[in-house]
Amino acid sequence: MKITKEEVDKVAKLARLGFTEEEKEKFASQLNSILVYFDKLGEVDTRGIEPTSYASAISNVFRDDKVESSVSKEESLLNAPDGKRDCFRVPRIIE
Amino acid sequence: MELYRLTIHELQEMLRKGEVTSRDITESVFRRIEEVEGKTRAFITLMKEKGFEQAEMADMRIKEGKQSRLTGIPLAIKDNMCIKGIKTTCGSKILENYIPPYNGTVIERLKEHLPVFIGKTNMDEFAMGSSTETSYFGVTRNPWDLERIPGGSSGGSASAVAADECIAALGSDTGGSIRQPAACCGIVGLKPTYGRVSRFGLVAFASSLDQIGPMTKDVRDCSILLSVISGHDKLDSTSIDLEAADYEKYLGMDIKGLKIGIPMEYFIEGIAPDVDKSLWSAVKELEKLGATYKEISLPHSEHAVAVYYLIAPAEASSNLARYDGVKYGYRASGTKGLMDMYTQTRSEGFGQEVKRRIMLGTYALSAGYYDAYYKKASQVRTLIKRDFDEAFKECDVLLTPTAPTPAFKIGEKTDNPLQMYLSDIFTIPANLAGIPGISIPCGFSREGLPIGLQLLGKHFDEGRLLQVAYAFEQHTDYHLKKPVIGPSNRR
Repeated sequence: MKITKEEVDKVAKLARLGFTEEEKEKFASQLNSILVYFDKLGEVDTRGIEPTSYASAISNVFRDDKVESSVSKEESLLNAPDGKRDCFRVPRIIE
Repeated sequence: MELYRLTIHELQEMLRKGEVTSRDITESVFRRIEEVEGKTRAFITLMKEKGFEQAEMADMRIKEGKQSRLTGIPLAIKDNMCIKGIKTTCGSKILENYIPPYNGTVIERLKEHLPVFIGKTNMDEFAMGSSTETSYFGVTRNPWDLERIPGGSSGGSASAVAADECIAALGSDTGGSIRQPAACCGIVGLKPTYGRVSRFGLVAFASSLDQIGPMTKDVRDCSILLSVISGHDKLDSTSIDLEAADYEKYLGMDIKGLKIGIPMEYFIEGIAPDVDKSLWSAVKELEKLGATYKEISLPHSEHAVAVYYLIAPAEASSNLARYDGVKYGYRASGTKGLMDMYTQTRSEGFGQEVKRRIMLGTYALSAGYYDAYYKKASQVRTLIKRDFDEAFKECDVLLTPTAPTPAFKIGEKTDNPLQMYLSDIFTIPANLAGIPGISIPCGFSREGLPIGLQLLGKHFDEGRLLQVAYAFEQHTDYHLKKPVIGPSNRR
């Protein structure tokens, strides 16, 4: 097995996802067969090959550092699951 | 002839002559939607009221003599592109009630011509899928056979165009999500060069691969839509600083002497015999028009699926980190503390396939695996890109099947993610290399299902693709065939 149930736990925690025991088993087995398929890449000789992260050669794009109009505070809060007094409200962070 | 059956260019002509109004066309399209939407389920949101308002504005503009390319034409938009004030769900529960406070750049560009936005189309959740089965809002069906998938992830747009529930549509393509559903539904779909069309206002899936493009009833409509939506946008820093082109001017140019390359690696075992047959008869057709072909090799093709399913989920796992229940979207209730709120929100808000890809991507980027998976995939991506560079030294375009088989049955691949991933095998390489690709109808299987042909070109060579596609279309009638959307749908 390339990925164990314990590793599924670890990755789930990093990704802020929670699973039932049954889902963990299923994910471990599915991820495993996908990872085995990925092993094929090991056959490719990539010594000295630069990685590609973007398909077109793009350099940094700059603009002048001046204030431009943006979405208003009221509009920004329209979609908030819990917005109060011009703020996004979240559950207590410090217990 | 019902108006909903017609194309953008046919309707533009009729509007110009004053034979119809945008209101007539919009009424016709909504009548059609009432007739067949219960069977296809192509839409998540319909915009009837707003649509008729826009039609009225369009008719006024036409009266003023200011008609332009898309004035008064009913368009459908994939539900991952933001239209201000209209729910944009991305096919996900987590964005079920999200109402964007702004327009995506493609919407702004379309709006300059005053088209009629009639609705937002269904899609695989966050565009992750090849069948539109992973949508939180239910499965969209293929108008040619309601028991089959329309392809994905832009399955709603493809189904709507094929069923005449709109005149044309926009889709997005990360690994084939425009071209594969276009092939499954017998329409034209084009993925532009990476950076040709702005991604501002497109909900991000894999940022180095995503591109918006047209899904239309014929090649001329495709070039009209592409001409409108392409061009530089300062709001997307990966948008290429190159002015919009008029792609219609490429149509009708002859293709004598055109060099077509046929990558042998694409004619794999598992390709349906009907697909193989249609492809080669299409090649013969193009030869008759003066093109020549040669078999070429893209040696790293077999690794494209593995590279894609490492890079795309890695980028997705980062892009989807924003869905945490704080600023917008769904939030789980009754949770204990911040961390529990994050976890519950995401676990309840995302579907299985999205979770699977977030897990895969997080794993591939996590300490200890980064070099073996993500870095390795990015290096092989370079090799895949070089394969194309080599091929285009001796060919003008490449010709391949769009998908290995015609549309498969609903439910057939849902339990086997790897099998599902392999249905993108011919479309993925173009996204990895950033080159443009178009799928056009090129035949039917014995069961009467549409088959698509894919043409790939050099960076920014969309004009050439449209030129070849148009020449082929002019000498065939596959694009004119319409599905009969019966109750059982068997013909």
